[in-house]
Amino acid sequence: MIGVSHYLILSGLLFSIGFMGVLRRKNLLMLFFATEMMLNASNIAFVAIGNYYGDLSGQMFAFFVIAVAASEVAVGLGLLILLYKKYGSLDLDVISAMKG
Amino acid sequence: MYEVIAFYVFAISTTILFLITAFSKNVLYAMTALASGMVMISGFFFLLGADFLGVVQLIVYVGAVMALYAFGMMFFDATKDIKEKHQNPTLVFILGGLMALVFVIMFSAPIIGENVQAIHPVIEGVGNAQAVGMVLFTKYLVAFEVAAVMLLVAMIAGIILAGKKMDYSLTTNDDTYDHEDEILKGAGK
Amino acid sequence: MESLLYIALFAPFVGSLFAGLFFARSPRTHLVGVVNSALIGIAFIASVILAIHVAKYGAVQVTMMEWISIGDLTIPFGFLVDEISVTMMVVVTLVSTVVHIYSTGYMSHDKSYNRFFSYLSAFVFSMMILVMSDNFAGLFIGWEGVGVCSWLLIGFWYHKADKTFEENPSISPSWAANEAFIMNRIADLGMLVGIFLIYWNVGSLQYDIVFDALPQLADGILVAIAIALFIGAMGKSAQFPLHTWLTDAMEGPTPVSALIHAATMVTAGVFLIIRANPLYSLDAVAGVSYFIAVLGTFVAFYAASMALTARDIKRIVALSTLSQLGYMFAAVGLGAYWIALFHLAAHAFFKALLFLGAGNVMHAMDDELDIFKMGGLRKAMVGSYIYMGIASIALAGLPFFAGFWSKDAIIETAFNEGTYILWGMLVITAGMTAFYSFRQVFFTFHGEERYKALGFQPHDMYKYVLVAMAPLAALAISFGWFMDDFKGFITKNLPVYEMSEHTHHLAGYLGALVILFALIGIAIAWKKYGGTGAKAWKKDEKLADSFVYKLLENQYYVPKFYDEFIVQPYTILSAKFWEFDKKVVDGSVDLIARLFYKSGDVSRDMQNGNLSSYLNWMGAGALLLILAAAVAAVIG
Repeated sequence: MIGVSHYLILSGLLFSIGFMGVLRRKNLLMLFFATEMMLNASNIAFVAIGNYYGDLSGQMFAFFVIAVAASEVAVGLGLLILLYKKYGSLDLDVISAMKG
Repeated sequence: MYEVIAFYVFAISTTILFLITAFSKNVLYAMTALASGMVMISGFFFLLGADFLGVVQLIVYVGAVMALYAFGMMFFDATKDIKEKHQNPTLVFILGGLMALVFVIMFSAPIIGENVQAIHPVIEGVGNAQAVGMVLFTKYLVAFEVAAVMLLVAMIAGIILAGKKMDYSLTTNDDTYDHEDEILKGAGK
Repeated sequence: MESLLYIALFAPFVGSLFAGLFFARSPRTHLVGVVNSALIGIAFIASVILAIHVAKYGAVQVTMMEWISIGDLTIPFGFLVDEISVTMMVVVTLVSTVVHIYSTGYMSHDKSYNRFFSYLSAFVFSMMILVMSDNFAGLFIGWEGVGVCSWLLIGFWYHKADKTFEENPSISPSWAANEAFIMNRIADLGMLVGIFLIYWNVGSLQYDIVFDALPQLADGILVAIAIALFIGAMGKSAQFPLHTWLTDAMEGPTPVSALIHAATMVTAGVFLIIRANPLYSLDAVAGVSYFIAVLGTFVAFYAASMALTARDIKRIVALSTLSQLGYMFAAVGLGAYWIALFHLAAHAFFKALLFLGAGNVMHAMDDELDIFKMGGLRKAMVGSYIYMGIASIALAGLPFFAGFWSKDAIIETAFNEGTYILWGMLVITAGMTAFYSFRQVFFTFHGEERYKALGFQPHDMYKYVLVAMAPLAALAISFGWFMDDFKGFITKNLPVYEMSEHTHHLAGYLGALVILFALIGIAIAWKKYGGTGAKAWKKDEKLADSFVYKLLENQYYVPKFYDEFIVQPYTILSAKFWEFDKKVVDGSVDLIARLFYKSGDVSRDMQNGNLSSYLNWMGAGALLLILAAAVAAVIG
């Protein structure tokens, strides 16, 4: 029988994959993909726990996470386009303007 | 039984798809894998009885977000393989592996707090969408409205940020070309 | 009377401030000398009036203000003028007045003239506080003030370089000042312990309360207090083994030596014991008192023996002070407090005179101190010759001069107490005293005029200085005549000490014996050093090479012993500690600093401006947080 721990472990694994993506990616667009993965992984955990407790709050949280992710993508993509126009690249090694 | 099979199918496919997203060099592959992964995740939501959320996941993520990415990619030469310098890939695997290990150990332990009371119990006899709607428009109304405003703001911000100098082509003009200068020159004539 | 008391106390202080505040940076001006001398003179007059008042109406006690008031501890700034302190006040202010006037002449060519007067008046002020305070805390303030001022004054010519003396390893004014100060600090620790013990057991530091409470205390505590206070007195009064600073203090200007020896410093120790006479009279501390007497006698003999061979004119006088202090302690230890105080006063007069006379000689001889290079000076400086002669006769204890009455009384006391060994030593010391003081006089003023070959052109001091010294000379002659009056005055406050019938009978013989010894001493001195021509003194090489002579000349090798076994090991130890401090204490501080530098250097690479590496760091941090949460969940 599939219990809540199965979902949670799966969620943890997916989160770790997203985490690895965040760590290794240099391309900003790919970084966005990685964060999407992490958000989705956490959504699975929310819903699974909500289901386990018979509580709707988990779903509500997941719902708002999706809303936040959508707005993040909207603003983030706009910024990415600006950056690309400015530098002609989305590679973080190129866009290292923070060097002191 | 079907639930078990469905879970493992979804789990394995999601993991593989996400791994592709995380490690592929090609943006198009990565994006496609991500979109497929999102679809699979909505499958979990259906399995967990969160029908409404599953639908939202499909519409918002697979429909809207992925479409946005697809449009965004038109700017960024998505066909080329991206080149990334990985300074120390082992560190990435060590950190990521450690994190996965920690999560697995944490979550495989029995869940503590069996006597937790449900704050918003699932209402019996009504469909999931209806139940979600009831909670969303009572308890979470303010948050819902704020999220709506936030989405509006994000939309406008996205349009403004991306829409500036939309008529200016990056591919046909080289970097030395100064657009504003031309306008000034034209005004001078 | 209160205002007179404050005048006597604060006039020197005003003088010190006057010289120190207004003339610190101005060139030397005689105004400072005159004003300060006048202020000390006023203090003297006030003291005399107070003395008359005290004699008629008894003690005056005032409380100027609350000084320390914490919990149960209340120490007022109170002053007590009774028979003991008023005697000290008159002696101190009189000698100080003369010394001040003398200094206006003696220091007139010194460029730090103003500074000198500032210190000198502060010295007198400290001594006045010491003498007049009505509690142990005030006494301690004065005690320390005297220590500081003596340090300032002994090291007055601090710029002089170290000189190697025959008697001493190495010595300069600054060295001598430090030695005096450090020796006194060692003794002051004992004094402080004594004061703490008193406060601890009695709960007050006021003299009257403390002395009333003494009989109720346990014997052990009384002995401890007596010993601790006596250690303090030993330091200030330069008793063995803390005596070496006194002779080295001769590095200071001569008026300072006069002041230290006659009035303001070394007498403080004797004063403390006299002041604490209710403590030292107790049966419980009879052992301590007896030890004081023995030590005093020993120091009297020891110092006199060193003076036999000394060549330095000031050193001879300094050693004689040491010897006379020994007499005073012998008297105090035997319970004859008023005799000790009497000797203190008499000694102050003739010792000041002796020092100022020695100063005149030094002045005449361009700061030459070696009496072997003098001789026959009486023709050139009649005034100083007469003064030195009077002072030496008084010191030697010839009849009708001040020293005779007081010293004879002490020797008689030793006989009366049945301590015949002490008596014998004191009699022999009296003979030695006569010998060395006249040896010095004859060496300086009689015999061949050895200085001529060395090219000195002696000249006497200013006339007004010689006139100013006259009161001291008069008192050196006549002070002993008032012995009975003084006894009547002082024994209102101090225990009466009466000779037994037996001693009284023998008094005449005892006195004659002392005089005999003194005369023998003088005769030997005259025979050896007084002659001219064929009879003139010649250096006796055989005697000078003998072991005893060498021993005495090197001050029993005590300074050498201190240098070898205390100063040098201490220096080495200090160097080691310095090394330790530099390496371990400073090192650990430096290590912390270096740690931060290094870690900053290393972690600077973290901040390379690359978002990706920032993300990596953030990821590592997040992982750590999750780990912490996991661990907390397991533990909690």
